[in-house]
Amino acid sequence: MKKVYVNEKWCLGCHLCEYYCAFAGTDEKDMARALKNVKINPRINIEEKDGISFAVSCRHCREPLCVKSCITGALTVSDGVITTEKDKCVSCYTCILSCPFGAVSPSDDGAVQKCELCVKTLQGTPACVTGCPNGAIVFEERG
Amino acid sequence: MKYVIIGNSTAGIGAVEGIRQTDKNGEIIIITNEPHHTYSRPLISYLLLGKVTEETMKYRPDSFYRENNVTLIHAEAVKINTKTKRVVLADSSEVYYNKLLVAAGSSAFVPEFEGLDTVERKQTFINLDDARKLTDALDRAKNVMIVGAGLIGLKCAEGILGKFPCSTEHMRIRVFDLAPKILSSILDDDGAKLVQRHLENKGVEFRLGCSIKKFEGNFAILDSGEKIDFDILVLAVGVLPNTALMENIADIDRGIVINEKSETTVPDIYAAGDCTQTPDVSSGQNKVMALLPNAYMQGECAGINMAGGEKVFDKAIPMNAIGFCGLHIITAGSYTGEVYAENENGNYKRLFYSKNKLNGYILIGNVDKAGIYTNLIRERVPLDTIDFRLICEKPGLMAFRKQDRQSKLGGELK
Repeated sequence: MKKVYVNEKWCLGCHLCEYYCAFAGTDEKDMARALKNVKINPRINIEEKDGISFAVSCRHCREPLCVKSCITGALTVSDGVITTEKDKCVSCYTCILSCPFGAVSPSDDGAVQKCELCVKTLQGTPACVTGCPNGAIVFEERG
Repeated sequence: MKYVIIGNSTAGIGAVEGIRQTDKNGEIIIITNEPHHTYSRPLISYLLLGKVTEETMKYRPDSFYRENNVTLIHAEAVKINTKTKRVVLADSSEVYYNKLLVAAGSSAFVPEFEGLDTVERKQTFINLDDARKLTDALDRAKNVMIVGAGLIGLKCAEGILGKFPCSTEHMRIRVFDLAPKILSSILDDDGAKLVQRHLENKGVEFRLGCSIKKFEGNFAILDSGEKIDFDILVLAVGVLPNTALMENIADIDRGIVINEKSETTVPDIYAAGDCTQTPDVSSGQNKVMALLPNAYMQGECAGINMAGGEKVFDKAIPMNAIGFCGLHIITAGSYTGEVYAENENGNYKRLFYSKNKLNGYILIGNVDKAGIYTNLIRERVPLDTIDFRLICEKPGLMAFRKQDRQSKLGGELK
């Protein structure tokens, strides 16, 4: 299946992926207007230090520790994509305890959040990939 | 192939999902002594406070048994006959198995306090029926005495608080423990004090290092002679693995002994979850680690192996993600070795390491990316292959070598 992959060599550290992620799923048409003065809480996050930067988001592991550890059944795998059911999540954070990539985080609405490859919103190329100005984040099939 | 699973909770459900990864057709029977659809046990405190309902606390959807072609038998399994390969039920009927999983869970440990039988409203707090009973009791009475300041006792206190804050008329929650600190199984002294203060601010009263001599009706008499009145007594002293079915059949230490394939010492019988004992990779010691993630993974591992697949789960560690009235705590591993300590803006962090390995950690408050630390423990990552100082300050992939980062973010993962 197609997944999001990151190549730190091409990452500019511009954080645009974070903005596109936060914008995806809002009903707004204009990103600047939608996110102006908003403290964004994206599902993809840039790590940066000493001139190195790269984006981290859910790896959609084949052996997903977050799903297996979820105490409620809110995290499930469907066609290889791991998604959260907000209404079932109680924010116990066992998934945050479990994810080896630090790719699950608290959301602003009382549940956890993670990259869902935009399957609930765009159903195509994820917004972070489309928005990356330097091709550092790609959406492709790898062996 | 006929699979029989004793237990309808996390490990049993994990086993069904494990079996069905490999065998789509074999017959699966779950024997359970509870009359309920599979539900998440840790959610009983959330049920108490109203964050979930009995409907939303179901661990799997209503369609689960049908979709996985599972037959549910609501009965008590009383005996296993290994010669005839049959599980004997309370009504003397028998269920034949080719492969059997014992996922019998744990039961509340109730110490034999003198006079306990004179207490009118007393209960444990580990299953759905307990939660229903406590909800009922709280409609009529408000002065609660909880014995045990561990995970169960304090989640119970939080559940009650969520429904009836201590500002509610007559509401009183007092927690007693023999140990001198709360959450002694997962927190160090300073961390425990911090969480205790947080709960005290919400109105919970603690009596620690406190021994109960006996009960007389609605009174507890402490060793000091002090008399404590209460309406409802919750006994949350601890849990014990349900090993009785395997007594004189397989090796049992503190729990049923299993290997990395979830096999017991008896052919064709597997065990998983709270009733088992496995090595803790963070300390090397054999332990009963009655925790939901371990139960699922042991159950799934058992299921795959029962169905003829190949699966190993050998990475069990103690780990807990728990919160009390908005304060989050994540802990894992063993608290031995040197300590990295950080207290910033009310956040509490302790990392324990020795011999080039991270052994354990405690995070209170900010728990972001805790799994990065869990992974270091579980995979026994040599600390000289990462930037340990950086990861201590800030958990992240940046602390890994470039090639490791690339394989984590750019490659196909298992």
